[in-house]
Amino acid sequence: MTPVAIAQRRTPDPGGGAEQRRLELVDALLAAGDGEACAVTALDWLARHCGVERGLCAVVDRAAGALVGVAGHGLPASLAAAFRIDLAARDHPLAVVLAGHEPVHFRRERGKSGPQIVTPLGDHPFLAVPIHSGGGDRPIEHGLLLLAGAAEPAREREACWAAAVLGIRLAALELPLGLAEERRHERELTLLRRGLETVTDPILITDAEGRILVANRRAEQLLTAEDRMSEGRRRAVAMNNMLFSAAAFTGGPGDEPTRRELLLVDPIEGEDLLFELLSTRFEVGRGETGTVSILRDVTDLRRASQEIEDNYRRLRIAEARTRAERDRLDLILDAALDPILVTDREGNLARLNPPAERLFAVPDAADADADAAERRVRANDVVLTSFLSELAAAQSDRLRGELTLTDPVSGESIPMEARAANVVSRQGEVTAVVTIFHDLSEAVEKERLYEQVKRHSEELERRVREATAELAEQNEVLRRQTLELEQASALKSQFLANVSHELRTPLNAIIGYAALLLEGISGELAEPQREKLNRLESNAQSLLAIINDLLDIARIEAGKMALDVLSFDAVELIDEVMAEVEPLIDRSRLDVTREITDEIPELASDRQKVKQILINLLSNALKFTPRGAVWVRAGFDPATDLLRVAVVDTGTGIRPENRISIFEAFGQSGGSVLRRQGGTGLGLSISRRLARMLGGDIHLESEVGVGSTFTLELPRMSMES
Amino acid sequence: MNRETAGPDRPLVLVVDDYLEAREICAEYLGFHGYRVVTAEDGLQALDKAFEVLPDVILMDLSLPELDGWAATRRLKADPRTSGIPIVALTGHAMSGERERALAAGCDDVITKPVVPKELLAEVERQLARRGEAVGDEG
Repeated sequence: MTPVAIAQRRTPDPGGGAEQRRLELVDALLAAGDGEACAVTALDWLARHCGVERGLCAVVDRAAGALVGVAGHGLPASLAAAFRIDLAARDHPLAVVLAGHEPVHFRRERGKSGPQIVTPLGDHPFLAVPIHSGGGDRPIEHGLLLLAGAAEPAREREACWAAAVLGIRLAALELPLGLAEERRHERELTLLRRGLETVTDPILITDAEGRILVANRRAEQLLTAEDRMSEGRRRAVAMNNMLFSAAAFTGGPGDEPTRRELLLVDPIEGEDLLFELLSTRFEVGRGETGTVSILRDVTDLRRASQEIEDNYRRLRIAEARTRAERDRLDLILDAALDPILVTDREGNLARLNPPAERLFAVPDAADADADAAERRVRANDVVLTSFLSELAAAQSDRLRGELTLTDPVSGESIPMEARAANVVSRQGEVTAVVTIFHDLSEAVEKERLYEQVKRHSEELERRVREATAELAEQNEVLRRQTLELEQASALKSQFLANVSHELRTPLNAIIGYAALLLEGISGELAEPQREKLNRLESNAQSLLAIINDLLDIARIEAGKMALDVLSFDAVELIDEVMAEVEPLIDRSRLDVTREITDEIPELASDRQKVKQILINLLSNALKFTPRGAVWVRAGFDPATDLLRVAVVDTGTGIRPENRISIFEAFGQSGGSVLRRQGGTGLGLSISRRLARMLGGDIHLESEVGVGSTFTLELPRMSMES
Repeated sequence: MNRETAGPDRPLVLVVDDYLEAREICAEYLGFHGYRVVTAEDGLQALDKAFEVLPDVILMDLSLPELDGWAATRRLKADPRTSGIPIVALTGHAMSGERERALAAGCDDVITKPVVPKELLAEVERQLARRGEAVGDEG
C-alpha cells in the first residue's frame, strides 16, 4: 500500500529550483480536496512564485453555461464570487481565450473603443490563461486564470504550467460532471474529509489490492511513509502496513464486518497501540471493491480493562484469603472448649462457637424444658450484657471478671471466668468485642479436692508425727531396756562369777577336808566312814563341775569369753587330752584307740578351748558307752582347710528327736542319765558354743544301740597379736 | 602314819590365802608331812612375811584383798632377797588366760583349785628339788 501511496505522490521530477517549486504545487494540489481548494492553492502558488499580485480563478459551470469565479487572490472574496461571464456570448474575449489554447494578454488601451472587459482585477493589465485537461484534439475546458502582475515570459510559462496542472487536477476531481453537482459532491466530499479528519481514530479505504485510496491523517500517520521520515519511522510504518494487511478484511462485499484486534506501533511516539479493527468490503463500481477499515484505539481501554481485571483478580485473591482465614478462625473457635463469642459494639451476637452456643443460644428442643432453657439463656444474656457494658465503660480495651452463668439445659450454676477484649481497627474504632469464658467449676472442684487432700495429708502428717514420737519414745524405752538388759546381763555375769567364786571357795574347803580325812591325817578311818567320805568328795566334785560349767556359759553368753589364738600341734594336744582323761579310761575298761589319718599341720586356734571341747567329747563317750570301744580319729582336709577330730563310740546312741536338744543347756537325753553318769548336761552346749566361737562346729551322727560319732570341725584361725 | 616331825631344818613354806580353811588345809597337810608352814591372809601380809622369814616355797592364792596375788608375785620376784623363792599360784578356775597371766607375773607353776593334797605335796617337793639343784649348783 505504501508504494501505492508513494507512487501516487510521485510526479515527474522537473529538476532544479523551478522543478522543486512545481513539485510543491503538485503536492499542494493533490492535498487540496476540491476545485475551490485547488483554485486557491494554485493562486497562492502563482502569487508566491510568479509575481502575481492579483488573481482570479473562474471555472466553467456547465449547467449554468457560464464561467464563474471560484477563488481570488489580492481581491475581496465577494468580488471573485461575483465574477460571471455567460458563455453563450461566444465572442466575449475571455470566452475566446477559454476556447483557445494560448494565454492572452489584456491591456486597457485608453481612447480605444470596443467591448469593455470588466474583471475584479480592475484596470490592471492581466494575463488570461485557459485551464484545460486531456490535451489532444478534445481537450476539456475547465476555466480561466486571470493573473495580474505576471508580465514576464518566464512567469508566463510557469503560469501556463500551473494552469495545465490545475486542469489535470480539476479533471481528476471530475469537475466535468457538471459544476453544480460537482460542487455539491465536492462539498460533501470536503465535509466527509473534514469529518474524517476530526475523527481521532484512523479510518481508511483500500482497494482490492490493498492500496490506500482514502485515509484520514491518523491513518496516514500510522500507515503511510514519507520521504522525509526517519529510518525508524519508516520501519515502524512498514511494520504497521504488514500487520494491517495481515488483519485486513478477507470476506466479500455484504459480508458481516469483521472485528479484530490489531497491535500497531505509533511511528512518532514509539508506543504500542492496541486497536480494534472494524473492516467491511463494499462495491466501488465497475466490479471493483474497496474496504473500509476503522481502527478504534483501545489501548487505554484495554489498559483500563486490564487494570480492572487485575484489581478484580486481586480482590478475588484477597477475598479467598479472607475466607480461608475466616474458615481457619472458625475452626479454631469451634475447636476451643471454652465458650467464645464475638459481639458487635452494640452487644449483638455476631459469632458463637459451640460451647458458647450452648450457653447463649436457645436450644431447639421443643420439650417441656424449652421455656426454662430460654429463660436461662436470657439470664445469661443479661449477665453478658452487663459485663460488656462494664468493658465499654472501662478505660481499658480488656476486662476480666468472674461471673456465674446457668447451664440452659441442666439449670446448673457454672462459675465462669470471663475475659473480654475490644477488637480495634487501624483507625482506632472498636469493631467487635471478643469474650472468652473459662469454666471455673473444675477449678473450684479441684480446689476443693486439693483442700481435702491437704487436710488429709495434714492429718496423715500429724499421725505420722505422733507415731514417730511414739516410736521414738518406744525406742527410748527399748534403748533403756536394752541398756538395762545389758546391765542386767553384765550384772548377771558378774553375779554368777561372784556366786561361783563364793560357792567354790567353801566347796574347795569341803573337798580339801575330805582329802585330809581320806589321807588319814586326822587318824585312821573305819571302812564305812571312808566309804561315806568318798561319796561326799565325789558329790562335792560334781557340784564343782556344775558350778564351773555355769560360769563358762555365763561368760560365753556375756561375750566375756576372750579368745587366745596360738599355733600348736593338734596331735600333741590330743595326746594331752588322752592323758588327762586316763583315770576315766582306766575306770571305763573300754578299748580306746587314737587314729591319726592324715598329715596334720599346725593348728592356729585357742588351745585351751579346743582342749576343753575334746575332754568333754571324750569323757562323754567314756561315760555313755557301757561296753565296746571308743576311737579318737584326727584328720585334715586340705580342700576345706579343716581339722576334723571325731570321737566314735559304741554306746547307747542318741534318738533322732534328741539330737538337737543335747546341744542345749541341760539337754542330756534324760535326767536319769545325768544322775547316773555324773554329767552336768552343760558340756555339749559349752563345747558347741566354743567350737562356733572358734569358727568351727560339732556334728553328730548316731544310731540308737549302735553308737554315736561327735565330730569337731575347726578351721585354722588367723593369728592375733 | 607317815607324819614327820617338824624341825628347824625342815623346809619353810609360806601359804597365802584369804580363806582360813584353805590356809588350814594346806598348813595341816604340809605340817603333817614335816614342813614348817607360815601363813598370810592378804597380799601385803604375804610380802611382810616373805621378807621376814624368806621361805623356801610360796603357795600364793591369786585373788587376795589389799594386794592381789599377781602384784605380790611381781614385787617378790623383783626383789633380790625373794626373787629366787619359787612361787606356785593357786587359781580358782583354770580358764584360758589365768594360767598364762600367773606365769607372766613370775609364778613358777600354777595349781588349779580344789587342791588335791597329794598333788600339792608333789608340787612343793618338785619346786624344792629344782631350787636345791640351783643352790647345789651355786654351792
